[in-house]
Amino acid sequence: MQYFDIIFQEVYKILFLLVPVLVSVAMIVWLDRRVWAFVQKRQGPNVVGPFGLLQSLADALKYIFKEIIIPASSNKVIFILAPIITMTLALIAWAVIPFNEGQVLANINVGILYIFAVSSLGVYGIIMGGWASNSKYPFLGAIRSAAQMVSYEVSIGIIIINVLLCVGSLNLSDIVLAQQEMWFIIPLFPMFVIFFISSLAETNRPPFDLPEAEAELVAGYQTEYSGMMYAMFWLGEYANILLMCALGSILFLGGWLSPIDIYPFTLVPGAVWLIFKILFLFILFALVKATVPRYRYDQLMRLGWKIFLPFSLIYVVLTASYLFYFNLLPTN
Amino acid sequence: MIAHAIFFYVFSLIAIISAIMVTVSKNTVHSVFFLILDFISISCLFIMIGAEFLGMIMLIVYVGAVAVLFLFVVMMLNVAQQKNQWLLSEDSSGHIPIGLIISALIFFELIIVIGGWKYKPDLFNSDNLQISSELSNTHSLGQILYTDYIHVFQISGMILLIAMIGAIVLTFRQREGVKKQSYIKQISRERSEGVEVLDMPSNKGVKIDD
Repeated sequence: MQYFDIIFQEVYKILFLLVPVLVSVAMIVWLDRRVWAFVQKRQGPNVVGPFGLLQSLADALKYIFKEIIIPASSNKVIFILAPIITMTLALIAWAVIPFNEGQVLANINVGILYIFAVSSLGVYGIIMGGWASNSKYPFLGAIRSAAQMVSYEVSIGIIIINVLLCVGSLNLSDIVLAQQEMWFIIPLFPMFVIFFISSLAETNRPPFDLPEAEAELVAGYQTEYSGMMYAMFWLGEYANILLMCALGSILFLGGWLSPIDIYPFTLVPGAVWLIFKILFLFILFALVKATVPRYRYDQLMRLGWKIFLPFSLIYVVLTASYLFYFNLLPTN
Repeated sequence: MIAHAIFFYVFSLIAIISAIMVTVSKNTVHSVFFLILDFISISCLFIMIGAEFLGMIMLIVYVGAVAVLFLFVVMMLNVAQQKNQWLLSEDSSGHIPIGLIISALIFFELIIVIGGWKYKPDLFNSDNLQISSELSNTHSLGQILYTDYIHVFQISGMILLIAMIGAIVLTFRQREGVKKQSYIKQISRERSEGVEVLDMPSNKGVKIDD
């Protein structure tokens, strides 16, 4: 019976994390469209519910009632698996995100590696969907996307090494606690900029939305998908974007820590600060989407491999030498 | 402990079955997917014995990078359509004995390695490494790699680098007649080179580019 108790408690905790994440994914889609519309002097979704807040729910309902079409020549098992994998991977990474000191579903030693591993698995949903569709545009989109995500993961990995040099631990809570004196955005500002741009590329957001470049590839890897399966790709994508924002705020913006460590600010719970930081980064994402034109594919690869990778490597050397010279290396 | 045993058997069963499916399945792309499943279950086994760092690195390196490249190559070659008749056809007769010899060699090597380990258990004794039990396994791995085994570690890094350079040199060729875009040329274009503002007198043409 003891096992059942443990399982019940864990399921309760997981639901307590996942339901808010899913709801906020729906809300964030609305926010994205509103910010986008605001920049372009349009109204955006404003009809369903107050300020159009329920637009995403209406969209979800529409997707649920649409017919799911599976192409006759597709590889059916993989075709159905692909959106499920995208969605699952986008959600399981939230297990290690700390919302406050001790408020984390799984406080594992290698939290940052776990997130990195899960986000590097994310490419499979896309590549499986593109291949299983057995059609030209999805396949081209999938190949582009896989190359893009693999390239930018390399520079994200090296940026993470920069942060880890200053922390001395792979645990996400330790990373946040190490920023009590100074957020890492101050000493590692160039790394924050590169991390931000790389996470745009990693989540296939504009200006790096080459995988679904609608002018060239119809809709990229999602071309053959319809109904709820398309919606799952879409939800997974936004959950990934939120996750990248959360990772950025944990690595550079001090996670749940309040910006000023004095009386009225410390009353606010840590989770609220984290949510504010995630929202801030997400609005930056949305503004970039609204203002920047799409990159050309060769320039994208050039940026990833020839600029970001060498620059972040040099910065690793600089950070390590600085910490070593001034004897600031974390010890434990 | 029962839960631990159940998880161990589930993961190892998945690992073994998917390893068999890699070789058995007719569609090459499916083989790669089973290989990925195999990697994932093995990294789960690593995590279960407490080697969480190795498990995660396994996921990042093998599943996140190596298997993606496998998948790329297999998808590009379009071997999925090939029927698996090769084994029964005439062409295979010369290759099967060689394959059998190589697999027998690998099998005997494995037996020798495992046998040597049984025969001389202190051949590699981890007690000599003086790992503090308080350290997490990431810390202790780092301490061993960067102190006792720094030269081996650096040499393996150099070997990997050389392998990478070798692969690039082997596949690199200068092709004739390929149009290239020079990035520097493109971004160093100024407004004055591209656009010229002219005063157009009405009813008279303007001569451009003589």
